[in-house]
Amino acid sequence: MTEIPNPVAFTPERLEKVKEIIARYPEGRQKSALLPVLHVAQEQWGWLSSEVMDYVAGILRIEPVEVYEVATFYTMYHLDPVGKHVIEYCRTGPCCLMGGEDVYGHLKQKLGIGAGETTSDGLFTLKEVECLAACGWGPVFQIREKYYMNLTNDRVDEIIEELSK
Amino acid sequence: MARKILTEHINIPGIESFDVYRQQGGYTAVEKAIKTMTPEEVVEEAKKSGVRGRGGAGFPMGMKWGFLAKPEGIPRYLVCNADESEPGTFKDHHLMKSIPHLLIEGMIISSFALGANKSFIYVRGELMYVIRILEKAIEEAKAKGFLGKNILGSGYDLELIVQPGGGAYICGEETALLESLEGKRGNPRNKPPFPAVKGLYQSPTVVNNVESISNMPWIINNGGDAYAAIGIGRSTGTKLISASGHIQKPGVYEIELGLSVDEFLNSDEYCGGVRKGHHLKALVAGGSSVPILPANLITKTANGEDRLMSYESLSDGGFATGTMLGSGGFIVFDETACIVRNTWNFSRFYHHESCGQCSPCREGTGWMEKVLHRIEHGHGSMHDIDLLVDISKKIEGNTICPLGDAAAWPVASAIRHFRDEFMWHITNPLEASQPGAVYQGEMALV
Repeated sequence: MTEIPNPVAFTPERLEKVKEIIARYPEGRQKSALLPVLHVAQEQWGWLSSEVMDYVAGILRIEPVEVYEVATFYTMYHLDPVGKHVIEYCRTGPCCLMGGEDVYGHLKQKLGIGAGETTSDGLFTLKEVECLAACGWGPVFQIREKYYMNLTNDRVDEIIEELSK
Repeated sequence: MARKILTEHINIPGIESFDVYRQQGGYTAVEKAIKTMTPEEVVEEAKKSGVRGRGGAGFPMGMKWGFLAKPEGIPRYLVCNADESEPGTFKDHHLMKSIPHLLIEGMIISSFALGANKSFIYVRGELMYVIRILEKAIEEAKAKGFLGKNILGSGYDLELIVQPGGGAYICGEETALLESLEGKRGNPRNKPPFPAVKGLYQSPTVVNNVESISNMPWIINNGGDAYAAIGIGRSTGTKLISASGHIQKPGVYEIELGLSVDEFLNSDEYCGGVRKGHHLKALVAGGSSVPILPANLITKTANGEDRLMSYESLSDGGFATGTMLGSGGFIVFDETACIVRNTWNFSRFYHHESCGQCSPCREGTGWMEKVLHRIEHGHGSMHDIDLLVDISKKIEGNTICPLGDAAAWPVASAIRHFRDEFMWHITNPLEASQPGAVYQGEMALV
């Protein structure tokens, strides 16, 4: 799992990206940058510690609590350390109709963990999520920006083996 | 083959690039609108087209545009709702990833019509890869002079921004989306004031769905009247349908509104029928929130008329025997599907996604999930069935946004049409709580 160094600071490239995001909004509306900037932060550190949230608040010149209330509302932000690969699998109706419950059961068995847990080697975290807007291609899970669709037990095995290398 | 307005070019290799899109006639509607029409004339074509909001509400887009307040010296905003999260719906995802310039062209035309100089596309954060596709397409369009300062030498400026969400179904509700875009929790606002008067940053704002806006290039090229000539009655034009569940060919299909449900479900051009060796049990026609229909009310209305894929025909019979077109999330269930389990699943979704502001929704969605969980797992009592109906009635209409209704309808309709299946779960708890157990009795009560 990712250790977050203290003091917290964006890499120079990411800081540029953050400045570019803030500049998109009208004068005085920099708080609009909060969700996208939290995504950039999560991309760098894997999860959002309170130090990271305080740092983002400082950059956007808003109160830390304004960041906490947002980070805790939206499900994509991880508020605890996660493994290298976070597997977010869709548990909603259409994916279940396509055999999702069996496939996810297999996935849990393969990794030896349940939803919300991380493997002891720190490689995988499982997260149960709601509809990913890919219902016709279910069952579906997402790892970072990549969608894995039409999952079967065999396909799950392949993906896990590939990512374990 | 039916006419295609949105997906005609979707399978052309390279259509995601500016050049290929342009070769197929892309951006000619921007040229026509900006060089030869006034913003009012563009709004007029949208009104004539009769195109209705494709996110689910079905409110006429041109009329919504007509409500936009235009006070002097205050900026106006157009925000595209690409927070597609309604279970069963994945059409906007398909459209944006496959042919991003269509939405961008639609955004330029629509922004011009509304007098917006800064417009947003709010995309659910999970679709980060689609956001990157859109951002690349915007760069291309900008480099070719279709976005940015002084578009095509007209003096009109437009900046287009793609905003990621953070994972929250509620942000598909337009005022929650605006809150989110302002960097806050996605709590829907009390209305009035409506966004047309006070929206983003308290300025006049229009929020439209991806598919609605993507119709604008065709409407400008061919005229609102030509669009209105397609479809049936007040269901004009075409509609993208996201087909999922127990069918031969899941996917996204563009249909002319007015196609029969039977043809959509069974013809090889579309779903290709229920999967082999199985038969139809139930249908959710418009995304998880609309009432579920039993097999005998799917292809025919209660009066025995052919059921059509249109706003009017799908809602024929009201909630007693009808449903809604909604967002076009067409979820098919065969006889292997357990209605109780699916209703519990949907209920869990709405409980998870309730923002928690209104008590009836915050408490009611959790309560319904709990009761459904115990029925599905063999601990229900007969009283629970009426309890669920009672809770659903107390949520419906008593919240500031439609999430309450969306949570209530699937539960109320499942009990309305499949009460015997709920009763079977309660009277046969051991059998019913086995994995994969499904009621095999009478398929439905009408």
